[in-house]
Amino acid sequence: MTGEVASKPTRHLHRPLLAPSVGALFLWMAVPLAMTLWFSAEHYNLLSPGKTAFAGWENYRDLLTHRALWIAMGNTLFLVGLVLAITLIFGTLFSLLLNQDFPGRNVCRLLIIAPFFVMPTVSALIWKNMLMNPVFGLFAWITRSLGFGTIEFFSRMPMLSIVLIVGWEWTPFAVLILLPALHSLNPEQIEAARLDGGGPIALFRYIQLPHLLRPMAVVAMIEMIFFLSLFAEIYVATGGGPGLASTNLAYLIFRDALLGFDVGRASAGGVIAIILANIVCFFLMRVVGRNLEDLR
Amino acid sequence: MRRIGQVRWELAIVVWAVALGMFFPILWMLLCSFKTEIAAVATPPALFFHPTLENYHAVLERADYLAFARNSVLVSLGSTLLALALAIPAAYSMAFFPTRRTRDILLWMLSTRMLPAVGVLVPIYLLWRDLGLLDTVFGLILIDSISVLPIVVWMLFSFFREVPAVILEASRMDGATQIEEMVHVLLPLCTPGIAATALLSIILCWNEAFWSLNLTTVKAATLTTFTASFSSPEGLFWAKLSAASTLSIAPILIFGWMSQRQMVRGLSFGAVK
Repeated sequence: MTGEVASKPTRHLHRPLLAPSVGALFLWMAVPLAMTLWFSAEHYNLLSPGKTAFAGWENYRDLLTHRALWIAMGNTLFLVGLVLAITLIFGTLFSLLLNQDFPGRNVCRLLIIAPFFVMPTVSALIWKNMLMNPVFGLFAWITRSLGFGTIEFFSRMPMLSIVLIVGWEWTPFAVLILLPALHSLNPEQIEAARLDGGGPIALFRYIQLPHLLRPMAVVAMIEMIFFLSLFAEIYVATGGGPGLASTNLAYLIFRDALLGFDVGRASAGGVIAIILANIVCFFLMRVVGRNLEDLR
Repeated sequence: MRRIGQVRWELAIVVWAVALGMFFPILWMLLCSFKTEIAAVATPPALFFHPTLENYHAVLERADYLAFARNSVLVSLGSTLLALALAIPAAYSMAFFPTRRTRDILLWMLSTRMLPAVGVLVPIYLLWRDLGLLDTVFGLILIDSISVLPIVVWMLFSFFREVPAVILEASRMDGATQIEEMVHVLLPLCTPGIAATALLSIILCWNEAFWSLNLTTVKAATLTTFTASFSSPEGLFWAKLSAASTLSIAPILIFGWMSQRQMVRGLSFGAVK
């Protein structure tokens, strides 16, 4: 292109334009990260300030040999895995439905994506109080009326209840991404498949699903980032309980740090969370990086 | 396409049922907000009731609700403006003057988003405490703007790249400097894209809960923190809670509905246009 001529006088301006964003993000990444690593190797409790000492691996050993971390890890993975499956399956189903032509289609789309825009604390409250409350909740009334008694959502199956809430919040996200992706499918391709006698299942299996795989991967990765540090819903709905039954990694670190004042241990937990997220991140980079091939 | 003119009622019924089911919790909250406190916890649930606006009056008369709402507005607008101010020049330079490293920079920006908030909670909390930023609107603006920055850069970048470089070059031939070119040519051309980006950023900051729960208590607390304070089961003020929640989510829901088509690019980091 005209690159050589046009960009010569501008090259010197390139850096000042980019620098503020890059600098801010670099600070944001490097400083807290270094501090987390540093604290994780220290005995440091906010209740006894000034009395810090080098701890080496002790915080990690402490965490790794304690039941709480493994329960929290298990809960984190349970939540991530199950909610991912729910949002992808229902997100795909809803997108396929909304991709059809019928009266009121646009209104239906607005109604289905609405939960994504509700702030997490409000979502958790609606479900916890108005729907799942064992005495006054709507679900309790329905199950009692049908003769099944009351389901004690948050004391009997706290993790599943959280999964239900988060699944409701994030299925719309999958629809938001997958529906336009489905829409961008070449109509001639679909018509050709139909003329070849392909039914709706064959159409989905051989044309729509392959087309959706990449957006699905993006949905999965982005959701994983959010679910790995899911916090507000647990904070509001269960407070991590009963016991540790619904404590995930994020909530455990919060408890150690801001309720237990144990900076060293919370930081060690933070490092473990960062490592988990980095494993996920590695795959996301590969998927998203392909979209930038043309920049090379 | 297929049998034009034939309405597929069975399909319509299924999708409408799904849509109403998904929307139901929000609808139920909306209904509760017009009930009296007694009707809100009545079993069997009151479907027909005399609607009242008293909950909204009660919520709006509470000075603290308005303070929380003001904080939410300040934080989401402030963070969005700050993020845009940082991101517009960056996206402009990467979209129109890509270098060998542009791809790496974009991916690196995205990767900062992968740093789980909880992993840096401790240092941020201590830093904010030492800098006197705990429980301040400015402290929350700083952190929210940084955390939406990668998304904002990506989204602007994808909009800017659709502007033909020729248009900008023409203005440059006329002697415009880069800043002039950006302000007078690019920004007007991309107003819809920038507006969609701003809306997404406002939505994300408005609904941000992790940092506002952990870094604020009273003075700078936003609506997310305020609504979380209703989580104790003892105070059964569901009707008032519903009214407060409805007021808290209504503007964002409308923003979301308005910009849903454009925001997909930001949410998918360019994977879906």
